Amino acid sequence: MTGTGLIDQYRRYTRNRLFFILLVIAGIVVVGLYAVISGAAGIAIKDVMSVFTGGADNITNQIVLHIRMPRVLAALLAGLALSSSGAVMQSILRNPLASPFTLGISGAAAFGAAFAIVVLGAGNMFDGSALFEDFSPSIGSSFFDRFGDRYLVMGSAFIWSMTSTFFILAIARYRGVTPEVMILAGIAIGSLFSAGVSAMQYMATEAELAAIVFWMFGDLGRATWHEVAILSLLLIPILIFFSMMSWNYKSLQSGDEFAQSLGVNPFRIRLSGMLVASLATAVVVSFYGIIAFVGLVVPHIVRRFIGGDESFLIPASALFGALFLLLSDTVARTLFSPVILPVGILTSFIGAPLFLFLLLKGLGKSYWT
Amino acid sequence: MNITLRDITFSYDKDPVLNGINAAIEHGDLVALVGPNGSGKSTLIKCINGILAVSEGEVLLDGTNIRTIPTAERARKIAYVPQTEHKAVPMKVFDAVLLGRKPYIFLKPSNSDLEITSGILKQFDLEDVAMRDVHTLSGGQQQRVFIARALNQQPDILLLDEPTANLDLKYQMEILGLLRSLTQQNITIVIAMHDINMASHFANRVVMLKQGSVFASGGREIVTAENVEQLFQVKVRIIYENGTRFIVPVE
Repeated sequence: MTGTGLIDQYRRYTRNRLFFILLVIAGIVVVGLYAVISGAAGIAIKDVMSVFTGGADNITNQIVLHIRMPRVLAALLAGLALSSSGAVMQSILRNPLASPFTLGISGAAAFGAAFAIVVLGAGNMFDGSALFEDFSPSIGSSFFDRFGDRYLVMGSAFIWSMTSTFFILAIARYRGVTPEVMILAGIAIGSLFSAGVSAMQYMATEAELAAIVFWMFGDLGRATWHEVAILSLLLIPILIFFSMMSWNYKSLQSGDEFAQSLGVNPFRIRLSGMLVASLATAVVVSFYGIIAFVGLVVPHIVRRFIGGDESFLIPASALFGALFLLLSDTVARTLFSPVILPVGILTSFIGAPLFLFLLLKGLGKSYWT
Repeated sequence: MNITLRDITFSYDKDPVLNGINAAIEHGDLVALVGPNGSGKSTLIKCINGILAVSEGEVLLDGTNIRTIPTAERARKIAYVPQTEHKAVPMKVFDAVLLGRKPYIFLKPSNSDLEITSGILKQFDLEDVAMRDVHTLSGGQQQRVFIARALNQQPDILLLDEPTANLDLKYQMEILGLLRSLTQQNITIVIAMHDINMASHFANRVVMLKQGSVFASGGREIVTAENVEQLFQVKVRIIYENGTRFIVPVE
């Protein structure tokens, strides 16, 4: 085979990977459109179009612009954040079990939310109306009280998540920034916070207990334009950062010492990667609760299609995660319509068997050694 | 490129692993670092690479202290083939070898990166397996991939830690022969290895390490029965066959 033949062959392989990414983008467009028109209140595509041309009635406007659109975008952005973080965590920790929650973020965020609800008195934010689509929980006489409570819970969840992250990174800095130290510290801190959540639940009133439980179901029904705007502004630099680091992450796959010989500083790359991935995850979890399995399973599915090269794996995982979460949320909204399931429950229902399937079929012995 | 090791001392904790190492390696040399387990061979390789920072002394590349060379530039001068390779996820042979271009790539490999990679794959007879996953190859082929990847850095110095440790005799000969041919391309090579016979056959210089110090250093002639016995604490005999010396342990 000639040298040019080899390069052509490699370029074809690269084009196939790009084609996969394009296919996922097309899937997002189709499912996104379907998600906007389907739900308890059926809306025709032409009515959706008229919302943007200014000819729609008030109710259609309200449903499309203030309920469905933020929800669809929230699903896409949360999926992007969780899956790209998962892919980065798995790469830099060289561990198939790593996920955006590896540093104990879900436990810490749950504790933060419970803390805000029980100790800081933000217990009235959920009254169950979020279970029914198209009846926004934040419209009513106590809107501003609830608005304040909502952000108190989010703020507390975020602060505790980042506290946990910084604590683990500090331990790692002291003890060595190795995958083992980080994963073990994450497990320890995670169980500490889950004990904290249990303690809070024990102390809570019935209403507070219900609020904690509702918070812990990851639910995109809470999505508003506020969070969508914040998430978009945050995710753009984060995804650019991950893309710029992809060759460094790739180098770490072959071991820290080899990466060093390529001029990569494993300590700095791992620390910054963990920090940025944790930040993206903490924001999503604080906004929408714990959406399990997306960040763990999606990178594995994507690897099955396009292999483990981070330059493609990270953007492809981000987009596939967006599609996966949007699809899950749309199913969660429409399966038992008008009652909607929190998407966090559905992702676990789909994610766990899918992970087992991949384990049995795809991730053979030679996959992660 | 010449490498000068001047009074190198290194310790992971209290006890020094390397203790005042001095050596001069000349451009185009193929140097075998030999010595018993724990004598500091791997550690010395990592110090030459700058992966480990020496506690005392200095590593000089053509007279320049390695610590003063920026890491990206260092990665274009020195390549390293580690003893064990993490194989976390499947990677195509082409991608694995292309990774050696990392010191030259920012976001995306250029055409010239692809051309150089393709040339190296040809040189190493890896074209037919270029689109296969590395972990599906035999041990000897994998080792060729890792050496090809190191050479894709276009280094002046190539450091290898036990490159033949898990290979059968045929592959050991093949890999060491390949390395010897690389010295013709003006690459200085340092190999940490156990097999004293292989070392004396393939290397033009031998550095014997014992308990973190240079026990003996020089051409192949230093591989004497007396030196080997003192180094490994084993009784040996030298046998001559067709003018070649073999060291054989004696019961």
